[in-house]
Amino acid sequence: MASSDDIVTTSNGLGYTSSSAAHPETLVKPPAAPSASEDTIEIRIEFGGGLHLLFSSQPSHKIRIPRYEPGNADQLPQAVTMRYLVSWMKSNLLSEREEMFGDGDGVRPGILVLINDADWELEGELEYELKDRDEVVFISTLHGG
Amino acid sequence: MPPTPCSLCHTARALVKRPKTGQQVCKDCFFEVFETEVHNTIIEGKGIFERGEKVAIGASGGKDSTVLAHVLSVLNKRHNYGLDLFLLSIDEGITGYRDDSLETVKQNQVEYGLPLKILSYNELYGWTMDKIVEQVGRRNNCTFCGVFRRQALDRGAAQLNVDHIVTGHNADDIAETVLMNIMRGDIARLGRCTAVTTQSEDTIKRSKPFKYAYEKEIVMYAYFKKLTYFSTECIYSPDAYRGHARVFLKDLEAIRPSAIVDIIHSGESFVLEQSVQKGMKAMQTCLRCGYISSNDLCKACALLEGLEAGLDRSALRQTQDSSTAAPVGHRTIPMFERYSKVGIAQPTEGIEKGVQAVEIR
Repeated sequence: MASSDDIVTTSNGLGYTSSSAAHPETLVKPPAAPSASEDTIEIRIEFGGGLHLLFSSQPSHKIRIPRYEPGNADQLPQAVTMRYLVSWMKSNLLSEREEMFGDGDGVRPGILVLINDADWELEGELEYELKDRDEVVFISTLHGG
Repeated sequence: MPPTPCSLCHTARALVKRPKTGQQVCKDCFFEVFETEVHNTIIEGKGIFERGEKVAIGASGGKDSTVLAHVLSVLNKRHNYGLDLFLLSIDEGITGYRDDSLETVKQNQVEYGLPLKILSYNELYGWTMDKIVEQVGRRNNCTFCGVFRRQALDRGAAQLNVDHIVTGHNADDIAETVLMNIMRGDIARLGRCTAVTTQSEDTIKRSKPFKYAYEKEIVMYAYFKKLTYFSTECIYSPDAYRGHARVFLKDLEAIRPSAIVDIIHSGESFVLEQSVQKGMKAMQTCLRCGYISSNDLCKACALLEGLEAGLDRSALRQTQDSSTAAPVGHRTIPMFERYSKVGIAQPTEGIEKGVQAVEIR
């Protein structure tokens, strides 16, 4: 029923306009260039609500991270989780003011996270196991309306 | 994790976990419950609106007011409130902040087909926030901005001849304000900050239709509807006191999501004793500009006098008991008149410039 009175926009619903984000997407390489044999997955990251300002002012990033948690070779391979991604982002993507993004090994209260357009609270939050081409959106709600 | 089905329609995949109830809902059911709850806030009791009322939406270009403009437009049609809606924006004159967000409001004007009026601090007070900060510095400049914005909204509304201003204050904002008023011992504000609608004599009615809407849901709504809003931090010093209350509240919400409505409920439950109420100042009108005030001079006139006298931060301590006339050569605020006859008969130049007549269906 809501669709009948919808308003058509070209917006992304993330709280910035294209003029405020001149280069919408960057490809960030993992710290060490992966060898051909290394098994990685591609993750797309979007920032909303002004969060991109903490990430080199780039609202959209495409990154590659290992498919499995780095660990002991004798254990079964463990798919990387959101916990790994958040920690990876803190060391590789965050350009300033870590306390505005991270809290413990998670994200700060007041930052909404969506995994493939679903509230991450329905997806297991930090325990969610990432798959190739997952899309993760972080939206800050921490300042003005 | 396997996808969870929506707990309302049981068919579509749940995409949102509602903070207030823990309910897991799909996108369409989320839109419907969110809009219905706002509708319920609007019609509760006698209802906040009257048929045919002219209503200005205080629009900053941020998420809350953008979602409010969208939802009110939708509900006005769906439930036939018969409201005449306007967008009213205040331009504080902050380069690199407000100029960008006003562009967003102009886009909303086109998207929602609502007339827009922009009133600037510069035309009203003769000062922009950029100039004020240059003179008083970055500390405490939020006081100037807050006092000036409140009055500017009322004056803009009076120029539009509207009966009612609605703002995007959400449940999180109101809970924050309850906490801040308790921490500051501001009993008068604590008593009224939880009301959906406030009105005293000679002021324009103000309402908060998002009183029970969680910020998380507002942001989710804006995201799923792909609404155009602008999100950036003010470039001048943030309201540090509110910032602490906000972080504290978010921490509480992470542990217990109902904390937000619980704090609002606590705020509503405080009852002022007669003796306390008697101690509060009666309202009068400002002797210089006619705006509602609890002193001879309203706060805006006092602050402006301090600015005009070339004071720095000490402008904040300017007395509100001064004589009626402003010192010679000082700029003053135009006389506040509601329903000014001039405004009805021949719109002032400002309105003609600001309001571009767009048909409202």
